Amino acid sequence: MIKSKNSRIGDWIIVCICIILILLCLLPILNVLARSLSSSEALIKNEVMLWPKGWNLDAYETVLGDPKYVRSLIWTAILTIICTIASLFMTTICAYPLIFKELKGRKIINTIIIFTMYFNAGTIPNYLLLKELSMLDRPIVLILPGVLSVFNMIIMRSFFYGIPDSLRESAEIDGASYFKILIKVYLPLSKPVMATLALFYAVGRWNGFSDALMYMNERKWHPIQLLLYNILNNFTSVEVATKEGFSSPGLSETLKAATVMFATIPILLVYPWLQRYFIAGATLGAIKE
Amino acid sequence: MFYTYRIEERGAAMETKQGMTPRIKGGKFLIYMKRYWSLYLMLLIPMIYFIVFKYIPMNYIQIAFKKYNLLQKPWEMAWADNNGFEYFIQAFSNRDFLYAVRNTFVLNLLDLVVGFPAPIILAILLNELRFKKFKKLTQTIIYMPHFLSWIIISGLAKQLFTPSTGLVNIFLNNLGMESIPFLNDAVYWVWTYVFLGVWQSAGWNTIIYLAAITSINPELYEAASVDGAGRFRKMFHITLPGLRSTIVVLLILSLGRILGSEFDRPFALSNNLVNNVSNVISTFVYKYGIRGLQFSLTTAVGLFQSVVGLIFLISADKIAKKFGEQGVR
Repeated sequence: MIKSKNSRIGDWIIVCICIILILLCLLPILNVLARSLSSSEALIKNEVMLWPKGWNLDAYETVLGDPKYVRSLIWTAILTIICTIASLFMTTICAYPLIFKELKGRKIINTIIIFTMYFNAGTIPNYLLLKELSMLDRPIVLILPGVLSVFNMIIMRSFFYGIPDSLRESAEIDGASYFKILIKVYLPLSKPVMATLALFYAVGRWNGFSDALMYMNERKWHPIQLLLYNILNNFTSVEVATKEGFSSPGLSETLKAATVMFATIPILLVYPWLQRYFIAGATLGAIKE
Repeated sequence: MFYTYRIEERGAAMETKQGMTPRIKGGKFLIYMKRYWSLYLMLLIPMIYFIVFKYIPMNYIQIAFKKYNLLQKPWEMAWADNNGFEYFIQAFSNRDFLYAVRNTFVLNLLDLVVGFPAPIILAILLNELRFKKFKKLTQTIIYMPHFLSWIIISGLAKQLFTPSTGLVNIFLNNLGMESIPFLNDAVYWVWTYVFLGVWQSAGWNTIIYLAAITSINPELYEAASVDGAGRFRKMFHITLPGLRSTIVVLLILSLGRILGSEFDRPFALSNNLVNNVSNVISTFVYKYGIRGLQFSLTTAVGLFQSVVGLIFLISADKIAKKFGEQGVR
């Protein structure tokens, strides 16, 4: 194909637009990172743009020196791991039996499951149920109610459908039980979808806070996002700042920036490693929706 | 049909060979269960989950029509006044609730108008990008905001948009403009809310469209080039029509959610200065229900929202089918 001059100009215009988009996504984070590393004087004088002025780690030392943050971070990490494993287990045992077309009652079970996607009882009925089960304020309330997502189950089921039936049938002829077929045939072939869903579940749990806000009044079980919300909305940051002997408003600003970065960095660290997995999974979900 | 028969036959053959089940009348069920019990056992656990956490709460919906009493079971409670509709009447005479309905509707509508076309445009742009490595980099970076929670985004926004020390306002001041109260003024807040929504999700939502673009027949592009069509013509006459069914399906889903409300986003971004525009149905339920303990009122509100949402979704789906599109299912 002959490339015209116009088309080459077009290419560069698109590249420029993309660079602007990249900057739009990165600059906010860079700015907050710079603020968190700057001195409070520089911050008040509006000198901090994208590079820290008066470089220091005071804010991070305050954050890491406060057992509340560290505790919350560790608790959220543990919670995320538990939830991800539990969710993957539940999603698998829900999706796998439903790929057997000959299974009696499959249609009814399917309808029962899909219906919950379209109609939800609502916030208050869910709350009252958890109260009735006396789960409120216990760590379990952050794990069980959201353990299985129908949407993710559909993604996994579609992936299972894509695995050729002949593999399953030959294993059946060899006399393998259905459970064994799941372990030996399906799971080894499902690494991409497992990685994708693990990422979705893990990010969902790491980022989730509304369930903790509604169901968890016990401060020691607050996940990092809720703690962050409380700090950003000034319930505790002044407390922390004065306790640590900082009185200037600038430092409480760097402190806020540092807490935001504190909750963001784990995601930014994991993201590049996982991003190659999720694109395939996300597309799968979108098409089969 | 044949397949099912074959499987059952094989199952039966295996059973008789092992001599476990005598072939009597009604034994067919036993044979079937002997073969498939493990699958049912697996399904049992998720089914218990769905019944306990999704269906039993539906039992509590009736308190929307009843006088809530902490000590009674939902079916024992007395009916509310006005044939049980007292709390719906209360809701619709509550100013906060009416504001919440308006805000939910307006914010979702703006999201739809501004946020819906954004990923389509982005996807078409990315598709036109010829430098493969750079395309990959762009994609990786613009997907990233999707993985940040609304708490973090609100934290970033509060830092960036602070009237005196935020980056955006420093920039505006340097250009000789006044500071803009992005998060502290009702009108600006609405647009900040919408813009942040685009920032968070536009990149991620391109995935669906990019996947749809790859399924467009490349011969169409070649034929168009032969006919002398330029880049823009190809975008408008091949890529965009190729995306039509995807766009319609996603539009239906968004329309179905027009009265649905996220909780995290308005809750994290709102503050006392903008309550009148930031209060949506979900935050209303939180404030009046979980904090205010008015369970009957808020259950009624939630039921209203669910039912209207369902009606919207079904009718949008019907309309799309009428126009010859595939629809959601």
